[in-house]
Amino acid sequence: MNTLFEYILKPVMTFVAKPHILLPASSVALVLTLKYYRTVTKPKIAATIGLVLAGLLVVSCFDPNFKKNILKPDNVPIVLLLFGLLFFLWLSLRRAAINDEAAERGEPPLEARMKRESVLVWPDLVMIELICLVLVSAVLVFWAIFIRAPLEEPASAALTPNPSKAPWYFLGLQEMLVYFDPWYAGVLLPTLIIVGLMAIPYVDTNPKGSGYYTLKERKFAITVYLFGFIIFWVVLITIGTFLRGANWNFFGPYDKWDPHFQQPLKNINISEIFWVKMLKQGMPSEWYIRELPGLLMAGAFMLLGPLILAKTVLKDLFRKLDIVRFSVVAVLMLFMISMPIKMLGRWLINLKYVIYIPEYFINI
Amino acid sequence: MATVPQTPPTKEPGKPGLLAKVRDTQVWKSIFRHGYPDTQRNRALAVLSNVFLHLHPVRVRKSGIALSFTWCMGGVTFFLFLVEAVTGILLMFYYRPVAYSAYNDIQELRETIPLGLMRELHRWGAHAMVLTVWLHMFRVFMTGSYKPPREFNWVVGVVLLLLTLLLSFTGYLLPWDQLAIWAITVGSNMARATPLMGHEGPGASLLTLDGEHLVTAGSDVRFALLGGRFVGENALLRFYVLHCVFIPVIAVMLMAVHFWRVRKDGGISGPL
Ligand code: HEM
Repeated sequence: MNTLFEYILKPVMTFVAKPHILLPASSVALVLTLKYYRTVTKPKIAATIGLVLAGLLVVSCFDPNFKKNILKPDNVPIVLLLFGLLFFLWLSLRRAAINDEAAERGEPPLEARMKRESVLVWPDLVMIELICLVLVSAVLVFWAIFIRAPLEEPASAALTPNPSKAPWYFLGLQEMLVYFDPWYAGVLLPTLIIVGLMAIPYVDTNPKGSGYYTLKERKFAITVYLFGFIIFWVVLITIGTFLRGANWNFFGPYDKWDPHFQQPLKNINISEIFWVKMLKQGMPSEWYIRELPGLLMAGAFMLLGPLILAKTVLKDLFRKLDIVRFSVVAVLMLFMISMPIKMLGRWLINLKYVIYIPEYFINI
Repeated sequence: MATVPQTPPTKEPGKPGLLAKVRDTQVWKSIFRHGYPDTQRNRALAVLSNVFLHLHPVRVRKSGIALSFTWCMGGVTFFLFLVEAVTGILLMFYYRPVAYSAYNDIQELRETIPLGLMRELHRWGAHAMVLTVWLHMFRVFMTGSYKPPREFNWVVGVVLLLLTLLLSFTGYLLPWDQLAIWAITVGSNMARATPLMGHEGPGASLLTLDGEHLVTAGSDVRFALLGGRFVGENALLRFYVLHCVFIPVIAVMLMAVHFWRVRKDGGISGPL
């Protein structure tokens, strides 16, 4: 049993947890879930998946480093988030599967069958609210009794802890700092997330699927949303919280965070790849010549990107939307795609910056 | 609303219980202008004549209140906000937002103050609210409830989401321990890189007047947020005011709009 844990589970989990494995793997898992949602959400199958994951969590707690990391008071909400999210993902996809099957038989969704009945707010709704309120209070009181709020040493501007981490809900953004500079990961992306979320109702002109669970009738919208929320928000938070230690180095889920561990950095810019490695000459001194390859690549991405999207993934959307709406969707999508592209660049060719203009702090 | 109070029907006529007697007093009747809510009419009045319950309509569609449809996530988020308000006010009795006492006040709270659970309730309630707001948004998305006529309420919701995160972020600094100042340092360092408005942001170095840089560490957005070049005493006071007054007031106003719009947009969404 112990050998199984030590020699199979630990190495496998440590391997899977590496960002360049975990992110692609969870993306594939999400795509498969959405493709086979009718099978995956069958109660027995879903319960098995849930139990296996919960089992992994429990078994892993035999490892002292893992347990310490998971039970750190401020990390508890993330564990709740992960399991809560899985549960509600199951619930919504299960309801979608039931409704989609009904639609294929020409029947209305579950919600429509209930809709005709109306009930009095007192007592029906007030009762539900009361029960929720009591349950939430109970959970909160237990949480408060069993886990004390942390209080570390008094604030000191001279002693920088290593790692220094933002509050847990921003750790996805902090994790993006591995791949992008602060102005991109910390300012531009959050702004685009907020703007993008606000734009959703105005660019999603699909009239179907309003007021009931469905996947079939809104496949594209739901896929994009879940990628943003689950992969680029929740999975990145998980990596940032549990798998990043001193100097923001990667540590496996069972590793001790060794503060002296240094990963050798040998990342390289596009300009260097182009001028030095490919043309075998020195770097031009003027920044606009030096960065020309990167600028051209980024320009092509932003200009040709929408055209390519219009011909491929967004073909249907291009036909349905007017030019303003389509441009908004395309630009938002391109910024979203820029994240995995830069990640792949880092993992495959140690790419540091596509554009590197430190003169004006413009590094992408 | 003027109504004629009805005497509550008691199970055994002629032997009114204590509760029935209380309900028959002038004081009770002056507060609750309806009889015991067990008739259609009184149940409607129970909602209509109560300013809090009045957020609700009298009747709702059954599909809208099903727990498996809304998960009650919006309601739970609102409840957690109320928990934060109550526990937060209690914490304000003991906490002073100045660098020399903030940390000690928090320590006092855990060691000597009765009902020392307030800080725990407040902190875990805040974390829970962040979770439930995300899950609420997830539910609203999955049921397509942002589609017309509810587009604007989704936008109001996104602002509420942002405010929830900012509330949590500003509160994170107040214990004034290592965890607090360094988390806020990491977070607010991002503001340094704001294009044109942060001193390390793209393009900021282009803004000059007579050869002097306009955007410096002493004049950029980060400085405005922190009231200084680093997370110090001024930042503590600013975050305290934002956390306890400014953001909650805005959030309450937007929640009022949010709830109002849920009703004006035709109640909880449902299939056509
Ligand atoms: C402080 C944060 C928030 C509170 C207290 C809150 C509260 C509520 C409540 C109580 C409802 C009634 C239905 C339900 O419980 O699901 C509701 C509905 C709604 N919320 Fe929120 N909400 C918040 C944040 C958000 C966010 C972040 C979004 C989306 C971005 C959002 C969008 C909506 C929409 C569109 C509805 C109408 C849903 C329908 O008709 O089915 N809200 N909200």
